[in-house]
Amino acid sequence: MKTLVWVEHENGAIKDATLAVVTAASKMGEVHLLVAGSGVAGVADAAAKIAGVGKVHLADDAAFANALPENIAPLVVELMGHHDAFLAPANANGKNIAPRVAALLDVMQISEILSVESEDTFTRPTYAGNAIATVQSSDTKKVITVRGTSFAKAAAEGGTGTVEAVASTGDKGLSSFVGAEISKSERPELTSAKIIVSGGRALQNSENFHAIIEPLADKLGAGVGASRAAVDAGYVPNEYQVGQTGKIVAPEVYIAVGISGAIQHLAGMKDSKTIIAINKDEDAPIFQVADIGLVGDLFKIVPELTSKL
Amino acid sequence: MKILVPVKRVIDYNVKPRVKMDGTGVDLANVKMSMNPFDEIAVEEAIRLKEKGIATEIIAVSIGEQKAQETLRTALAMGADRAILIVSPTEVEPLGVAKLLAKIVEEEAPGLVILGKQAIDDDSNQTGQMLAALTGRPQGTFASKLEVEGDTIKVTREVDGGLETISLSMPAIITTDLRLNEPRYASLPNIMKAKSKPMAQKTPDDYGVDITPRLKTLKVSEPPKRVAGIKVADVDELVAKLKAMGVGA
Ligand SMILES: Cc1cc2nc3c(=O)[nH]c(=O)nc-3n(C[C@H](O)[C@H](O)[C@H](O)COP(=O)(O)OP(=O)(O)OC[C@H]3O[C@@H](n4cnc5c(N)ncnc54)[C@H](O)[C@@H]3O)c2cc1C
Ligand SMILES: Nc1ncnc2c1ncn2[C@@H]1O[C@H](COP(=O)(O)O)[C@@H](O)[C@H]1O
Repeated sequence: MKTLVWVEHENGAIKDATLAVVTAASKMGEVHLLVAGSGVAGVADAAAKIAGVGKVHLADDAAFANALPENIAPLVVELMGHHDAFLAPANANGKNIAPRVAALLDVMQISEILSVESEDTFTRPTYAGNAIATVQSSDTKKVITVRGTSFAKAAAEGGTGTVEAVASTGDKGLSSFVGAEISKSERPELTSAKIIVSGGRALQNSENFHAIIEPLADKLGAGVGASRAAVDAGYVPNEYQVGQTGKIVAPEVYIAVGISGAIQHLAGMKDSKTIIAINKDEDAPIFQVADIGLVGDLFKIVPELTSKL
Repeated sequence: MKILVPVKRVIDYNVKPRVKMDGTGVDLANVKMSMNPFDEIAVEEAIRLKEKGIATEIIAVSIGEQKAQETLRTALAMGADRAILIVSPTEVEPLGVAKLLAKIVEEEAPGLVILGKQAIDDDSNQTGQMLAALTGRPQGTFASKLEVEGDTIKVTREVDGGLETISLSMPAIITTDLRLNEPRYASLPNIMKAKSKPMAQKTPDDYGVDITPRLKTLKVSEPPKRVAGIKVADVDELVAKLKAMGVGA
């Protein structure tokens, strides 16, 4: 079986999410990559070095900048003439592109797989991760998105792939990119952080969130996350949200501060290795999944913890 | 301009789903069902566009069992003008749903279709994108802000690194994220009024769409269970535990 993996990249660098997708693809068969973008020859060269990779298809055209699915999907469909499976990360870009490809190929996408059981059988989470379904696809071509935390990352070096340019399928003229507000942060990205400190509604406002959560995160070199309630209330921007409909994380250590532990939040973090919860309510559901719990007022506990570490 | 809003009847978000003992699925007998939360946001956005004079008519559509009528009545009570129920006794996959919606788009020619980004039961996050592909329209997924400007729509999207803005030519397909708006509750008079709003009943056959599933569910199981660990008495004990794990040492 020949697979095609969509390579996610930003500012000329391959995103980590791609490496987990390569691992998932390698369990199905030969791994080919697609690097689509504008001025991305360097990305394709780097992609060819990913361990285990065969051919790298390079589609270099302004139409492919900003990963607009209206333009990328037809390109993928073209390449799927000689591939059996298309895989992308189950993140904002992958979820935007892959279903568009699937429908054009008349294929039912298999969303956010957790494992590859065989070439046509996969496990995937449903109901906020409360039910794991094993599904078998009868489609001849497979379109799949991959949960990054469920697969090891392929090594970024050591591969001997070859780059081959492919013709552009052009700009479909349906959509255009206007701009982005991407937060710049020195902190590790949530989806790859080893430690995460997350804050909830209990922080009360943005000032508290920054004053209480961030010093602890800085001390630990941790990424910062949040519950939906904290994001909705404007304490932090949307990209901090962990959960069923936010980011899925699985760090070594997840510290939940003033978060109750709703199923939608647990869905995003319950695969963390060690969960630590700080909450003043000893019956908060978060304690049912926490390895270490501390009952008390976060406004006292967290500053003390930060100073003692 | 018409707006089409697909709404799905799903397990209420406050209910903890239980996997059936025989491993065939999730137990939905006697479980509270509601409109998918992202679809409420979609209905709300459509109503706001109508209140602004941008939309003229809102059509809610659901594909599912007869009971999905309740979900459509909720949409009507919130402010949708009419509803279409496509009855299917068996679950229809996103690809089938998208094909049925594409037929309705052909019939009704809406300027916008606003869907939820994700149904909280199958967590597929694909129907809107598939509909966009099948109709050849642009897609604005995970929207947190919509601005209609003539025959284009500016969509602010929630993406991994923050926010992104794109411009789409209309007609377009939109999927909602949580921050797009806060849905209203239907008032009692509006719930009464909704009872007399039109609701058409159709079947997949009426549209000539083959909804045979492509995925076979072999098994549904519970995820590995986490067990509650220990509680520590104070910060010093927590610090000791963390240091023992090599954290903050
Ligand atoms: C469709 C849908 C999708 C959703 N997706 C997500 C998602 O992706 N991620 C997500 O997180 N949520 C999601 N939610 C929301 C979820 O259901 C909860 O509402 C949310 O997680 C609650 O956030 P919270 O725990 O911060 O707030 P609350 O539930 O209000 O909990 C606050 C906690 O802080 C504690 N506390 C208060 N004061 C203190 C103090 N001084 N010291 C210590 N503890 C204190 C309280 O005891 C309480 O347990 C979603 C909901 C829906 C309907
Ligand atoms: N059976 C259905 N009836 C109506 N709308 C649906 C149905 N299934 C999915 N949708 C729409 O598609 C969105 C995304 O669903 P999904 O792709 O299943 O996660 C939902 O939020 C709905 O707006």
